[in-house]
Amino acid sequence: MYSQGLIGADGSTEETQEFLDAFQKRIDAEEKIEPNDPMPEGYRRTLVRQIGQHAHSEIVGMLPEGNWITRAPSLRRKAALLAKVQDEGGHGLYLYSAAETLGVSREQMTEELLSGKAKYSSIFNYPTLSWADMGTIGWLVDGAAIMNQIPLCRCSFGPYARAMIRVCKEESFHQRQGYEIVMYLARGTKEQRDMAQDSLNRWWWPSLMMFGPHDADSAHSEQSMEWKIKRFSNDALRQKFIDATVPQAEFLGLTLPDPDLKWNDEKGGYDHGPIDWDEFWRVVKGDGVMNRDRVKARKKAWDDGAWVREAALAHAVKREARMQAAE
Amino acid sequence: MANETPLWEVFIRPRNGLSHKHVGSLHAADEVLALNAARDVYTRRSEGTSIWVVRSSQIVASDPDQAEENFEPTGDKIYRHPTFYDIPEEVGHM
Amino acid sequence: MALFDAVLELADDHLVLGHRISEWCGHAPMLEEDLAMPNMALDLIGTARVLYDHAGKLEGQGRDEDVLAYTRGEREYRNCLLVERENGDFAVTMLRQFYFAAFMEPYWQAAANSSDAVIAGVAGKAVKEMAYHIRHAGEWVIRLGDGTEESAAKMRDAVDELHRYTGELFEEGAAEGEDALPSRASIRPAWEATVAGVFAEANLEMPEVRYAQTGGRNGIHGEALGHMLAEMQVLARAHPGAVW
Repeated sequence: MYSQGLIGADGSTEETQEFLDAFQKRIDAEEKIEPNDPMPEGYRRTLVRQIGQHAHSEIVGMLPEGNWITRAPSLRRKAALLAKVQDEGGHGLYLYSAAETLGVSREQMTEELLSGKAKYSSIFNYPTLSWADMGTIGWLVDGAAIMNQIPLCRCSFGPYARAMIRVCKEESFHQRQGYEIVMYLARGTKEQRDMAQDSLNRWWWPSLMMFGPHDADSAHSEQSMEWKIKRFSNDALRQKFIDATVPQAEFLGLTLPDPDLKWNDEKGGYDHGPIDWDEFWRVVKGDGVMNRDRVKARKKAWDDGAWVREAALAHAVKREARMQAAE
Repeated sequence: MANETPLWEVFIRPRNGLSHKHVGSLHAADEVLALNAARDVYTRRSEGTSIWVVRSSQIVASDPDQAEENFEPTGDKIYRHPTFYDIPEEVGHM
Repeated sequence: MALFDAVLELADDHLVLGHRISEWCGHAPMLEEDLAMPNMALDLIGTARVLYDHAGKLEGQGRDEDVLAYTRGEREYRNCLLVERENGDFAVTMLRQFYFAAFMEPYWQAAANSSDAVIAGVAGKAVKEMAYHIRHAGEWVIRLGDGTEESAAKMRDAVDELHRYTGELFEEGAAEGEDALPSRASIRPAWEATVAGVFAEANLEMPEVRYAQTGGRNGIHGEALGHMLAEMQVLARAHPGAVW
């Protein structure tokens, strides 16, 4: 699914200017950087942080939609939702793999998530309260994710770019799946339409926040852009998302909950009302409705699974010994 | 670290006639679980007809610091390429 | 109608087990299993859908897959008791999957030449899926049975809990006398051989079962199924006639 604009990575670095210049030259020439290549420590740290956050977002992102797998209202929807949530797990796995090429283990990253040290996209700290949320998440949250992830396919770090190509390919069904759900609701009974509108009202603003703070307040964006980890600014992507989404909502006959939303001929895009950044930072810092429950659920899965992982390792040792004895 | 489930690199043959290609990695305690996991993780959309898994720790890689001495010396051996040789056009495709 | 009832039994087995496995999604012991279990669930739900569709057509009263899945209560569900057992821990889940697949794989083998074209079609696809489920779940049964002391104890507990429900797998149910479907009793030797092979590697013993629990085919279930169906059906039942 998605990692929001990177929160809190420190791109500072201490190499010689000569080394940094040579590295920047490679980046500027659109050369890909591979795991064993020399790279500034700040570049490595930023990537570990960003890919880690992105992976955690996928994994935690399984929970809000997983909440409705058992209640999906038709077998077709159940299968599609299950496949989608499974994909998110897969995307988390690809991303952990990419981060692991930088010398950090999945276990370490998992511990950082479970201890609350690592961030993940705040959107998943909102609760899924109706079936319509499955549609809205696919439509808006995955839609926002795609906006952000397509440029990441050209990220300067090879393993991240390759993982994102795979993710983007697989995700092409996610947004359509979501939009189709909302479309059926919008064309359905009054209760279904109300369900869709209520869901849109709740998810619209958090979806806009997914692109991260305004460019002026985005602490580490500039360095990430220079290193071509990031290709477009938060605000540019947010604008692109709004411009694409407004007509989609109109088609459904649903209303986006922003009275200030209107077309601006001059800039060739929509203007929107103020985003509640206090809410954004509150949720990032841990005080969203679901923050504690999300981490608790992941911790429970990890702790409850410890004996299984231990058993597999213990068996592997016995197996190895038996195979050696047989040789 | 001793407690960590080992990392495996996964290679998939997209279809017969093509080579196995590296697609990513995963964690598994042994080779059987690694193969099963590779099947479940990396072939959900008919991506392959054959899987290899190799323990990541078993891969021997060339040193990027030696990249220049490894790979640059071949750059000027242009006589290894067909375009190095002048053959009159009337001879036809060769 | 006997064939309708018999196909419904099969469909219910697959949906109920598929639903149970899907409950794990996002909560597995490791990420790799978070991918593996939905694969198994999707196999089972996919088979259930084809079977419900077929059952509805055999019945001829316009009930489609969703009507059959979402509007029957526990007394009308005809699944065997094994598949409705709660997930418990990973040992219970993997053993339940292994027991079921070890039965269904030879069952679908036998059904591949069914006079009923839909059944034969399902069998051709499902037999491969079940072969993989046997392997996947079987490998875990072996690792947990022959892993740590803790995992071995949990695996033995799982056998103790579930084995009593395996006898019901071999009851003919509504398929009694139906030529289009294989005899369930005839599957027993193949099932026992598969289970014995894995148990030997897993250091598990085939337990003596004092009384084999049964009743699912008559709609006499354990209490857990009602809760599962309540959750599964809540939305569909709250909006009768709505299209999703």
